[in-house]
Amino acid sequence: MAATLKLEIITPEEVAYRDDVEMVLVPAELGDMGVYPMHVPLMTRILPGELIVTKGGELTHLAIGEGFAEITQTNVRILVDMAIEERHIDETAAEAAVERAQKAIREGLLANQEVATAQISLMKSLAQLKVRRRRYLPTQG
Amino acid sequence: MAANTRDIRRRIKSVKNTAQITKAMQMVAASKMRKAQTAAIASRPYAQELARLLLPFSSLPADDESFAHPLLQERSGGRELVLLISTDKGLCGALNTNLLREVSQFDPANTDFVCVGRKGLQFLVRCKCTVLADFEIKDNFSYFNAEAVAKFCMDQFVNGKVNRVTVLYTNFVNTLTQSVVRHQVVPVRSFEIGRVALEDGDGASDTRPIPDTTEYILEPNQSDFLGSLLPHFIFFKVFHFLLESRASEHSARMVAMKSATDNAKQLIKDLTLEYNKVRQASITTEILEIATAQMILS
Repeated sequence: MAATLKLEIITPEEVAYRDDVEMVLVPAELGDMGVYPMHVPLMTRILPGELIVTKGGELTHLAIGEGFAEITQTNVRILVDMAIEERHIDETAAEAAVERAQKAIREGLLANQEVATAQISLMKSLAQLKVRRRRYLPTQG
Repeated sequence: MAANTRDIRRRIKSVKNTAQITKAMQMVAASKMRKAQTAAIASRPYAQELARLLLPFSSLPADDESFAHPLLQERSGGRELVLLISTDKGLCGALNTNLLREVSQFDPANTDFVCVGRKGLQFLVRCKCTVLADFEIKDNFSYFNAEAVAKFCMDQFVNGKVNRVTVLYTNFVNTLTQSVVRHQVVPVRSFEIGRVALEDGDGASDTRPIPDTTEYILEPNQSDFLGSLLPHFIFFKVFHFLLESRASEHSARMVAMKSATDNAKQLIKDLTLEYNKVRQASITTEILEIATAQMILS
């Protein structure tokens, strides 16, 4: 039996992912980090970006937000404010959201609270788009 | 007499309509309350993990100089920011009244307000309080809505505009009881996360060992790591308070609507009794009249 890692991705709204996996690529603060079983215990901050899970030779891509990772030899527990599997990302909706947020911020007509909301929405939508595009664009060429 | 029975019939009909509406509102509130509770339960795993990661913090002595973070520093005096979480709609009993009574304990000259919910905003505007921002939060709000609110409040503190951030919200005790709670979120004083999130039936996660920070490599370093946990802790707390307020709102509305329905039913009963009495009286008079007429004729 191949060694596996127990991966849990937890957001305030749900447990987004829970499975035994072979490898996980985490967008840590000091650079992307591939984690295999028997990794040295480590805790790190996570930046918004792409998380890649390898299970049974298949890759799953997730767009994740800001948060933390706790890595032990057998477990990876990831605590983030957003986690969306790539196939659930709605590219047109994300694009529209980016457009809307950028326009709103640019025009500067917003009240305080709307700027705060727009900035966070922009950050999240951009992270989703990044994951979606990074995977598809190079293969088209 | 005939006109009177018709009046009563009309009144019964209109009360019945009211009862139907309040009954429907009661059902809607009940289902929304369940939804808010489900969301609170779904946030438990995150709360537990966050609490576990924060444990090393809580073991630090209060005046530990080795770890200082802006979000932990107490600054005395200065302005205070109050995040007031009220409801958008009324018809929820005394919920908002109790909440807004608490507002008067803050000195309006020295306090800035941030509002969630229209009722609170209307009140503050009437009282001529300073309202910095008003966030509109729908019923099925997501974590990122809460994050926007919390970030705004936190930024006011970090920029030095205010020296304290307090949240005023209604805590969901049970369906019949909601209590007004005043909780200081910034600077961070306690590392407890609310009751609903941590009150836990499965117990499985409690057996996990407490992370010992000396066994882990911490990237980039210990104080930065712990420091960056703090904003997330604050965001999550605000998210949790919003969930509590929502659950309180819907349960208060459910109870208010239930008593309205009960009152309407009682009213229908009383009116029906009166209607029957009037009807009986008119029948008796009619029989009397007929009998008298017959006696005269014979």
